[in-house]
Formats: sequence, structure tokens, C-alpha cells
Amino acid sequence: MSRPRLLNREDASAPLTLDRELLVRIHDLMVKARVLEERLIQMYKQGHGFFWIGGPGEEAFNVPLGMLIKKGQGPEFDYLHAHYRQSATLLALGEEPIGALRQMKNTATDPYSGGRNFAGHFSKKAWNIAPVSSPIEVQYAIAPGTAMAQKRHGGDGITIVTGGDAGTAEGDFASCLIWSSRPANPLPILIIVTNNHWGISTSSEGQHGETHIADRGRAFNIRSKTINGNDPAESYRELKEAMEYVRKERKPFLLEARVSRLYGHSSASGANFVTNEVDCLKEFEARLEGEGTLTRQQMDALRHGYAEELAAAARLVRDEPLPSVDTLWNHVYAEKK
Amino acid sequence: MANMAQAIRMALHYAEENLGVMDIFGEDVGPPLGGVFTATQGLKNVWNSPLDERGIIGTAIGLAMAGQRPVAEIQFADYIFNTIDLLKLAGNTCWASNGDWNLPMVVKTPVGSGIRGSLYHSHSFDATATHIPGWKIVIPSNPLDAYGLMISACQELNPVMFLEPKALLRVKGEERIPGEPDDDRQLSKMIDAPLGDRSAWKPQWPTLEAYAVPIGQGKVVREGDQMTVVSYGRTLPLCAKAADTLREEGIRAEVIDLRSLWPYDWELIRRSIEKTGRVLFVNEDTEVTNFGEHLVRRTVEELFYKLLAPPRLLAGKFLPGIGLADTLEMASVPQLPDILQALRALASEQP
Repeated sequence: MSRPRLLNREDASAPLTLDRELLVRIHDLMVKARVLEERLIQMYKQGHGFFWIGGPGEEAFNVPLGMLIKKGQGPEFDYLHAHYRQSATLLALGEEPIGALRQMKNTATDPYSGGRNFAGHFSKKAWNIAPVSSPIEVQYAIAPGTAMAQKRHGGDGITIVTGGDAGTAEGDFASCLIWSSRPANPLPILIIVTNNHWGISTSSEGQHGETHIADRGRAFNIRSKTINGNDPAESYRELKEAMEYVRKERKPFLLEARVSRLYGHSSASGANFVTNEVDCLKEFEARLEGEGTLTRQQMDALRHGYAEELAAAARLVRDEPLPSVDTLWNHVYAEKK
Repeated sequence: MANMAQAIRMALHYAEENLGVMDIFGEDVGPPLGGVFTATQGLKNVWNSPLDERGIIGTAIGLAMAGQRPVAEIQFADYIFNTIDLLKLAGNTCWASNGDWNLPMVVKTPVGSGIRGSLYHSHSFDATATHIPGWKIVIPSNPLDAYGLMISACQELNPVMFLEPKALLRVKGEERIPGEPDDDRQLSKMIDAPLGDRSAWKPQWPTLEAYAVPIGQGKVVREGDQMTVVSYGRTLPLCAKAADTLREEGIRAEVIDLRSLWPYDWELIRRSIEKTGRVLFVNEDTEVTNFGEHLVRRTVEELFYKLLAPPRLLAGKFLPGIGLADTLEMASVPQLPDILQALRALASEQP
């Protein structure tokens, strides 16, 4: 069966409409994120990590998302309740890639969990990045809470929550739709579903009857849209518009982005390159080259530079110590300072 | 004196005014009902949530992440079980983020038998709650402690599970809550919503104080040197009554109200057992993998050579539910005669 036609799909041959500087920046971050994911997979295959999970293939959506987030701590800034495929968003926010390598290796210096959690499980209170959890979709049940605090606080900070399409089968997704749209207190929350059509090895075709997951927002009178998440220009424009709506109206928005999953679910499914899905970076580079924004040589040099940088970082991380056993009991409880 | 529901209400009022509590929510927690046990009547920061336990716990976690101090209610503990992974997440957030995030939040939920609640309004939650690391867990047996523990819970930096023994919510206390008026009827006029239409009603709160019962601190409620009884919640007043009865028979039982299940006051328990040599743990959760079994295990491991008799546990029977008929309920969870029988057997136990 053919895939449904995407709403408002931009013609792939139409010129990119973002200005050059922005396009170059997006491309830079997309390359960096892809190289990071490839390095993490390499670490797994070399035995320098127990498990890999991440977001290669989602860079076209996840980079613009990070670029548009109002970064900072507290309810005047945006909260991000992410899932485990968002290294690109973290890099776009300004995070150093070595942190992800440290989490992969479970070093004491892992800045997100101190050696306690899987790769891709980011957490950074200083930037309002809520801890990523392995139980999927719980972030949808949690996100209304930060949004509620922001509503009370005033200002234009919003809550952003992301998750995969398979997980929208969970009740927490419906909870988020209900809690965000309660007439008693509508919430400033951008609800995102990155739809890659897969739940580990199970295709969505046999599991999800809805034409667009975004259609479910209409039942709650939530403004909703489905976009091509493999197009960074479209992603940037649509995310910007959705965020501006939420910032101004203080009401929810449901955004479904169709994306690719280029290395399968995780290391549990081999982490091998998938050849029959759209590669957003490859497509973007073809358009950048076609329009004369960047040359093939420039793009290749950029990738090579990042590959070298991350290879060096991986060598550094490889020798860093694991957390000491006497840190085992640290942080069971928070204590007054 | 105030009853426990009133005590909780007053503590939450104090927390609204002084401790930064801006959200007290759950099903029917806001007006017009103010909670199915009236524990949240008249509070200014109460609101009603959708009928969605996972949404309640999830939103409380999110509010706490944003620096708020939510008090979330699960209307009956029997309906908290579909939130276990969220409770686990709340408990592990500080540890998993290596100390970066903490979640100052309170989850209050009525527990236990005693209101003819049948299969789904009689459940205990102490065994399950004490299996979730990262939480602090408290359960009062009287209004003063309910007030003091709620004050502590609302000041805590970590998630606190506040278990409310529903059989005791209407029972008046024997000790005055600081700031509480002398006359019960006057207090009721001040803070109990009138029957019928109460949309125009506004409470008049007493001038309350920051009386806090520290989490982790138990209390000796009866002195004795021949045996120790450790209990909490609904079964605590029964144990105290049993001890009073036995005292007349010449048997002196020391009764400890644990008040905090985690962290709990092991030092208090240890000193008492070392003195008496005999111990009975009493609660009403089902007896298989019961929290009291942890206490028995620790007693055996750490105090074996001080014991004059095997430590005993009296708990609810391991049944799929508590049957509605009085005969069934009375036979399912510890009652006064059961406690008396267990204590007499312990007192007369000889190797």
C-alpha cells in the first residue's frame, strides 16, 4: 500500500527558502550529529559500550528543533521532555558531543547520569532538559506539569515533548492530549511525534489505523499538523510557526513529523545502515550543492573534520575511569545544601 | 480535637500559605467536593483533575521538575497500581541524573480497610511503596501526626508518599494541633464546608504553626519492658488498646508507632527489642512479601542473640481481596482480638 500523501508537502525540487547562513548552520549541525551517532555505533561494535540507541536519520527535524528552543533554566525558558533519539537536538542546543560518548562508555564523567544510564538518555537541568527515560511515552504524562508551571509563571516559555509513533499506542499519549487541552487550564505545550513507522521490528502498518497521528489532536480541539520531518527547511519553518503559536496563544499544538530510522531501532537490531529509507542528510546535501550553497568538497571536508574530532574524543573517553563503587549510594535523595 | 481529615486539611492550608504549595489536585480534590473524605475542602490552591491516575502522577513529576511543590492525590490506593513505573521514575530521577534533578512532590492516597470498601477500596500500599527506592513514605495513626507529617512532607526535597489510613480519617485526636481551637464544634464551623450548596462558603482558618514530625522518627506510644509491638496506621490504635488491656493482666507491652516506613526508625525498634526480647510487627497489608517481613528479617539478622522468642508478624491474609461482608472483612485483616491473641501467645512463648 502506498503511503498517504503528506499534508502541505513542499515540492522537493523547489528552492530552499531559508537564508544561506541558516542553511549552512543547519547542515553543519546535521553532519556533526550524524557523525556522532556513527561514532557511538562504532563504540558499541568495538565493545566500548553495552547498548546503543539514537536518532540517525532524524537530523533534519531534530536540529531545527534544538535551534529554536529558548534555552535556559526555569519556567521562563522552554522545557524539553525528550526521548532517546535526540542527540541532534542536544548538539543544536550547544552541547559538546563528548558527553554522549561518555554516557556510551558509562564513565564517571558522563554528564547526564554519572555512568548510570544508557546512551541517548540526556538530562541537563541548567537547560531545562528533563531526564530521558527508557520507559517510553512517560514523558507525555509528565510534560503537562512543566507546562502548567509555565502557564502560572507567565512569559513565553513553553514545554516541548517528543516521542515515537509506536508509543502513541500508550495511554500516556492520550493523557497528554487531555491534560493539555482541559478547558479549565489549556497548556502551552508543543506535542511532537516523530513518526518513523516502526516499533522496534514491527511496522506501524499493522498496528495503527489512523491516517495521521496528528488527526488525534482534533478530537481535543488541539491545533494539529503533519509535516515532512526529512526536510530541514520545512521542519524549521513549521516548528517555528508551531512554537510561535504556543508561545503566544498559551495553548497546545500537536505536530507529527515523518522521519527515517537509518540504523534500525538500536544495537539490539544490529545498528546497520538501512538502505531503503530516505537519508535526510544526503538529500539536503544534494539540494545545497544543486543551489550552489555549498560544494561537495566543503561538505566532505566538514564531515571528515568532525569524524577526526570525534575519533579523538572517543580515544580520550576510552581511558576515562568508571564511577567508583563508593558513589553507588550518592543521590538516592536530594539533600539541603 | 480535629479528626485526621481536618488535620490534613489544616496542614495543607499551612503549606499553601507558608511552604509554596501551589497545586493540590486529583479526582474530586477541588470544589465542590474537596476530596471524597473532605481532606481538601476550602483550600485555595485545589483543583480537579481528569480521571487519570497516570496523568496525576506524571503532571506532579513535571510540576516538581519546574520547581513547584505539588501535592497530588490518588483517590484510593487501589487505583495507584497503574502508575508504578511513574512512581519508580519519580524515585529514581535524582539518582539517575547523578543529582542534577530532584522532585519535591507529595502523593497522598487513602489506604487500608475499615470503611466497608470491598475489593477496590480496602487495599494497603505499604508493601508496594516500600519497594520503590527514592521515595520517603509516611503513614500517620492520629491527627496530630497527620498534621506534622504533612508539614514535613511539604518541606521535603524528595518525593513523599503520604498514606492516609481511611478508617481513621474521621477519628478525633487526643492531642491538640498547635493553633487548633479548643472546641470541636467551633473548628467544624470554621473549616468544614456546609452541606448542600457551598459555593459561597469560605473557611476561617485557625492561626496554625509549623509543627513538623520529622520523617524517619518513630514514637513510643506505650511503655513496656516485656515485649515490643511495632505498628502504624489503622492497626496502631488497636495495638495501643491491646497493650492497655494486657497491662491489666500484668503484661507490659511497649508499643511503637513507626509513622515513617522509609526511612524508618530502626534505632528505636532496636533499643526496644533489646530491652524486651520479644517483638510483634502488625500491619494490615497482605502477609506475603509484607513490609513487616523486612523488619522481621532485620530483627533476626541483627538481634537474634537478644531474642527470647521468634519475632512475629501479624498481617492481612493473602487473599485476592477483602470481602464486603463484615464477617469476611473482620477475618481478613488484623482486629483487636487477633492482636490480643498474638500478644498473649508471644508473652507466654517458651523455648
